Parts: sequence; structure tokens; C-alpha cells
Amino acid sequence: MRLRLVPQQTNFDFFSRPVLWLGISAFLILLALGSFGLRGLNYGIDFRGGTTIRTESAQPVDVGAYRDALAALELGDVVISEVFDPNFGPEQNVAMIRIGAQDGEEAVSTEVIETAEAALLEISPDIKFVSVESVGPKVSGELIRTAAIAVALAIGAVLVYIWLRFEWQFAVGAVVALVHDVVLTIGVFSELQIRFDLAIIAALLTIVGYSLNDTVVVFDRVRENLIKYKSKDLKEVLNLSINETLSRTFMTSLTTLLALIALLVLGGDVIRGFVFAMTWGVIVGTYSSIFVASVMLLRLGVKRDWSKPTDTTGNQFGDIDA
Amino acid sequence: MLQVDLWKRVLIWATVVVGLLLAMPNAFYSRVETHNDAVKAIEAGFDTTENRDLAAGWPSYLPSGLVNLGLDLRGGAHLLAEVQVQDVYEARMESLWPEVRDLLRDARDEVGTIRLQPNAPLGELRIKISEPAGMNRAIELVRTLAQPVVSLTGAGSTDLEVRGEDDVLVITLSEAERQALDDRTMQQSLEIIRRRIDEVGTREPTIQRQGFDRILIQVPGIGSAAELKEIIGTTAQLTFQPVVSRTSDGSERPGVGNEILPALDQEGVYYILEQAPVVTGEDLTNAQPAFDQNGRPAVNFSFNPSGARRFGDYTANNIGSPFAIVLDDEVISAPVIQAHIAGGSGIITGSFTVEESTQLAVLLRAGALPAKLVFLEERTIGPELGQDSIDAGKIATMVAFVAVLVFMALSYGLFGLFANVALILNIALIFGLLSMIGATLTLPGIAGIVLTVGMAVDANVLVFERIREEVRTARGPARAIELGYEKALSAIVDANITTFITAVILYVMGSGPVRGFAVTLGFGILTSVFTAIFVTRLLIVIWFERRRPKTIEV
Repeated sequence: MRLRLVPQQTNFDFFSRPVLWLGISAFLILLALGSFGLRGLNYGIDFRGGTTIRTESAQPVDVGAYRDALAALELGDVVISEVFDPNFGPEQNVAMIRIGAQDGEEAVSTEVIETAEAALLEISPDIKFVSVESVGPKVSGELIRTAAIAVALAIGAVLVYIWLRFEWQFAVGAVVALVHDVVLTIGVFSELQIRFDLAIIAALLTIVGYSLNDTVVVFDRVRENLIKYKSKDLKEVLNLSINETLSRTFMTSLTTLLALIALLVLGGDVIRGFVFAMTWGVIVGTYSSIFVASVMLLRLGVKRDWSKPTDTTGNQFGDIDA
Repeated sequence: MLQVDLWKRVLIWATVVVGLLLAMPNAFYSRVETHNDAVKAIEAGFDTTENRDLAAGWPSYLPSGLVNLGLDLRGGAHLLAEVQVQDVYEARMESLWPEVRDLLRDARDEVGTIRLQPNAPLGELRIKISEPAGMNRAIELVRTLAQPVVSLTGAGSTDLEVRGEDDVLVITLSEAERQALDDRTMQQSLEIIRRRIDEVGTREPTIQRQGFDRILIQVPGIGSAAELKEIIGTTAQLTFQPVVSRTSDGSERPGVGNEILPALDQEGVYYILEQAPVVTGEDLTNAQPAFDQNGRPAVNFSFNPSGARRFGDYTANNIGSPFAIVLDDEVISAPVIQAHIAGGSGIITGSFTVEESTQLAVLLRAGALPAKLVFLEERTIGPELGQDSIDAGKIATMVAFVAVLVFMALSYGLFGLFANVALILNIALIFGLLSMIGATLTLPGIAGIVLTVGMAVDANVLVFERIREEVRTARGPARAIELGYEKALSAIVDANITTFITAVILYVMGSGPVRGFAVTLGFGILTSVFTAIFVTRLLIVIWFERRRPKTIEV
């Protein structure tokens, strides 16, 4: 017996309600943008400068006491939060303390860290500072710029690649789906106020890669079927292609999700935000490759006369042998 | 029909075996690490029995490359420093002033009295002269002080630009000289930092120039960033000391007021020196690689006025005897004084190659940090946190791995098992590649591997799904498998190239941990495509040849 996620032959009509699907996506995007506009992102120190101190002690964390101890130092914006994780032992009480960048400081100030550490040691003598990270405002500005450029570059490069390999309508469809995924991910981070740092940018770029991976597989089949069924309606061809690849789409998404969920639960709190972004990205990426990319393709239409081959036609890689 | 040439089979298995061999040392991490450390120590001259025993702990015919663990896994400190290169312009102009002053004083008849204007911008000397009519003469005179710039881009230009503004003589550093100076400052800072950190003797520190004026310093195993700053902050001690004698016995008694120091690059050579230095590195203003009159590589150096006077007096009285250039209690070189060296600059000749003279110039300048460092970023990661991350990462990878293996076997039966073999090889190959290039594994890097575990099966899934479809159209199992591979290929290639593009962009634009993620993601794509379209296929073909099944179930 085989485990089958999707029946052998499916015949779903994915385009019976294009307005509904596009409407849902549009609504979610508006929600994401609204949240981003109103609440903004909870930027980590990578992007806004400042210091984070991760503490560990055998005594339970008393956030109030920590706050009082640090408030006396007048360090400005201080955020203290306790960290919970299934991996922690009973004697492991972890807190994250974020201290904002000090006014008028170009670089990292060691004194701030030292005074803060001393104040915490006074209220909790066994406290350990397992990691201390500081980023000066000068670097954080640059990091934000580089990150934005990286995401834009990735999307641009992909647009060009798909355009070369397929037709421009495919490229537009894929990129709209990509932007959709990236915007929704940023929206979730803003809505849930999860810390947004450099690693999340890496996750965003991976989502770009994954979402594309999915879209390209569907598009590849669409291209093949367009040649095979020259007179079929574009809508039918798209439907057929999505149905044919549905089993694969689910298999791959599921294996990836299996791996990611293992990491989400067991991988520790340090990379949880990063893994969360990727998990979310895989889910939206799978959705968007069917309901956004293909719907866009249907709207834009494609060239149907493949009888005159152009240099972008066909399987350039079809003859490679192992 | 369904067949793979023998040479292709050999090549595929050879690749797999090489990959496995390269990955193997990581399974015995601490053992190989001690072996590598011991080998390094023996090469560095500590050929003790103890080190030999440690080195023998791992067979030398096996590969010994390891995946480096990043700071977030091993613990340690990370600093990003910005070198204030402009500091050097100022120092340079300060030391130029006495020369200009002396020169113009001698020409007092033509230019009148001179006055240094305060508050000149950085890297500029502004001198007011009382006889504006003599401006041209003054400019002409100061231009004689200009030296050609020694650098690739600055060839043909001189280091000083002189112009007159009414009655003010303005001397600035030329653009070419500023560039050459910046470059030298950076080289010098890097060299000093490297020496300082090497002295502490930690494993695999990373000291890299980043961008135009930044230095990235990562030292695993160090307690905190503050500690690292202290190490970098201490200045090297450069001295010029009189040589009493040369000896090959390191335990010889140097006598009162003397000390015995080893030579830097000659084994077993020691110098007995007078303890009181003639001049110290604090008086050195510059050192550059150059050539002597005979065209042999040499090093030019110059002192500030007080250093120049002491050095001049000493050399005048000691022609024919050697003096030693000592850096951090090691004698860099002990040239013989050929002539009275007045004017505070001199040339060190010897049997240098061009490289050695460049190196020596760098070392000489490397006495003290040439410019201030401003720290833009600092991170300390405790070793416990790193170990926790490794443990969590290991467990998560295992669970992810097993889940995917089971899932594949349930979904595709025998073919699923083939894919699973490929997946296991895939992970081994990733580690093999990472060890081969000595890449650094970071926490996001582990996430990249886990993600690869999930995504690596994609290529196989694409093929298997395609074979399922082809089986339905019933053209015989062999044909179905062949068509499955053939038709899935373009989707596999397109899907993986697009992901690879993002991995490359991540690598180029990212830094630190993010880069580690990009590396494992990129390698994961390469190995998963290789294992899916070559290894799995070969496994299927071998199985098919043995069994010759009439029907297949995928």
C-alpha cells in the first residue's frame, strides 16, 4: 500500500472563482500592508542599532526586578522579555534584554554593557551573560539597505531568468506571486511583532527561492501542455497542468514542512523566528504558485502559436543523459 | 534503452566515495581536531613526542579537513572595527612641518618670515609668508620635498600638492598619496591586529578587511568582545638597540644592562643587546619598501625630529658596528651602520627579496596601530549557548531526517528507498564539500541543511511522479522510467537554478551567519541535483537490470 496524499487523477477546477482567490490575496496583502504601516516591524538590533544581552540563571527570571535595576541606569529604551523553550532544563531561566542605541553614539559603547551587566549581577548573583551583541547605528543603517537591495536583486534576477526561459507573462506571474509571499511574510512579522533581524532577510530570500521553485514546476508543465494541446483553452491547459503536478506539489511541500516543523519545535529559540518565517513562506508559497501565479498567467494570456520555434522554446535540457 | 555507460557509473561512484571520504573526519570531530592542532604545532617547530602521539591519533593518509564551526556554535567574539584613516594624514603633515620650516627659513631673503596657520583642515598645511612676492619661489622649494608615490594606481604622481592662495602657502596630500596612504594604513592595521591575536594563540581567528576602511575580527573561544578589544588595543614595542654580540647559545648570560633575544627568521641565532634602546617605534613616522643605489630591495624609514636627532648622534658615533631592529622581543634584522644617518631617515639593506622588504616595511610600521579603531559592531557568544545550539540542531536534523525518510518510503515504496539512499548520501556530500573548502557552519547553516533535507527529495519526487504518469500510459516499465527522467529534467533544472540564484545573491550580499546559510543552501542544491539525477537513477538502473520486472509500482 502506498501513502497517497492526492488521488491518482484529480480534476479540480482551480479557476472557477478567480475573483475570490485574487480577492483573498488582495485582502491579505492589504491587511499585511496595513499592519506594517500601523505597527511597523519589531526590528532587531541588526537594523536599529543597540545591544541585546541574553542572560541565563538558575533562579526564575523576575522581569520586574530586571527592569527596575536597569531603569536606574537611564539607558533609554530597554525591553526585557523572558524566553521559553522546550529544550531548556529546569535550572535554565533565560531572558533577553534589549537596550536601544544610545543617543549621539556613533559606535558601540562598552560602558553601557558593563554597567548593565553589573546592575543585573547585583540582583541575581548567579546570572550568566551567554551572549552579548551590539550593533552601532552606522552599521545597522547599512545592513537595512543591503538587505533591501538583496531582496530586490533576487526578485530581479529571477524575473530575468524566467523571462529568458519562458515568456514574459510567466515571469510577471511568478514575480507577482513572489512579491505576494514576501509581503505576506513581512505582514505576519509585523502583526505578531516577532523580532525582525538579518536572519529573517535570509529566510525571505529562501522563500523567494522556494516559492519560485513551486511556480516554475507548474509553469514548466504549462509550457509542455501548451505545446501538446495546441487548440485547448488556456484555462483548461492551466487547470490540467496544476492537477497533473498537484501530487508533486503536495509531496514536496510536505517533506519540506516536516523538516521545518522538526526544526521549529526542536531547533532552539535562537533560530525560531528564522524557521517560522520559512515555514510560513512554504505554506504561502505553495498557495501562491497555484492561486496567484497561475491566475495572473490566465489574466495576462500567453502566446499560443508555438509552431514557429523561438530560442526560448522547448526543453533545452531535455537530452542530458545520466 | 535503460542503461548507463560503465565510465559514467565509475565516475558517479567515485564522486560519492570521494565525498564520503571528505565528510568522514567530521564524524570524529574532536579526534581529528587534536590531530590537526598537533600537526600544525609540529610544523611550527614544536616537534615533541607528545605532539607526535597526538598527531598519530588520526591516520595521515585519510583526509583531515573539517567543517569549521561558526562563532554562534563554538562561542567567541566578533568585532567590526572602522579604521580612522584620516588620523594618518594629520600625523603625516605634522612630521612634514619641520622640514618645510627649515627649508623656507633658509630662503628667508626671498619669502620673508613664515607662520603656520592653525585650524587647517585635515591633511593640509597652511603657511603664511610675509613676502607674497616670493610665493613662486616658496612653492618651487617645497615641491622639492615631494616624493613619487609608490603604488600601482598612483604611478607617475607625487605625494604633495603645493599651491599659493594670496600670501598663504597651501600644502596638501595628493589624491594618489591619500589612496596609497589609506591602503598602507589598512595593511598596517591588519598586520598589527593579526600579530596581536596570533600571540594569544587561539584557533582559526578570522581577520579580514571589509569594504574600504573596515576590519572584521572573529576569534572563537575567547571570553568576550571586551577581552578581544584589550588584546588588539595593546601596542607593539618596536625598538632600535645597540648590538653587543651575536651567538647561537640561547642560554648565554647577557651581562649587566644587556639582554639576549632570538632572531625572528633565523633558527638558533641570538643577539645580545644593550637594554636601553636608541630609538623606539614611537619615533618612527614611516617605513616603505624601496630600492638601494644598487637596485636591491631595501626598506626606507623615517623618524620624527627627536628620534632623528638621537638616531643621527648614535649612528655618527658607531659607524661599522651593528644595531638591531627589535619588535616584540625578537630581532627583525641587525644591519651594520654604514654611515652617519642624519635627517632622521635611513635605509635598511640586506639580502632581501622584494617580498621580504615589503614585509619588513609592514612589520616596522606595524609597531603601533597607525590610526584609531572605532568599533561598529561587537558580539560575544558564550560557549554554552553554542553547545546548546549544536545539540538542538543535531536533534532537529535527526528528527527531520527520519521523518522525511519514513514519509518517502511510505509514499514511493522501493523507489522511495532509493531516494532515501540518495538523501543520506546527499547530506554526506554536503559535509564533504563544506570540509573541502573549509567552510564555516553556522546555526542558520544547520537550518540550511535541514531545509535541504526537506527540499532535496523534490527532484526525486518530480521524477517519480512523472514515472507514475508514464506508467499509466503503459509503455513498459523501462520506457516509463526513462521518460520519467527525461521529462522531469527541465522542471528540475529550472526549479533548482532559480533557488541557486537566490543562494548566490545571499552569499554575495550577506555576512556572517547568513553567509553560512547561503553556502549550505547552495551546496545542498548542487548535491541534491547530483544525487537525484545520477545516483538514484543509477540505483534504479542496477535494480532494473537484476530484476527485469514486468511492471513497476512507484
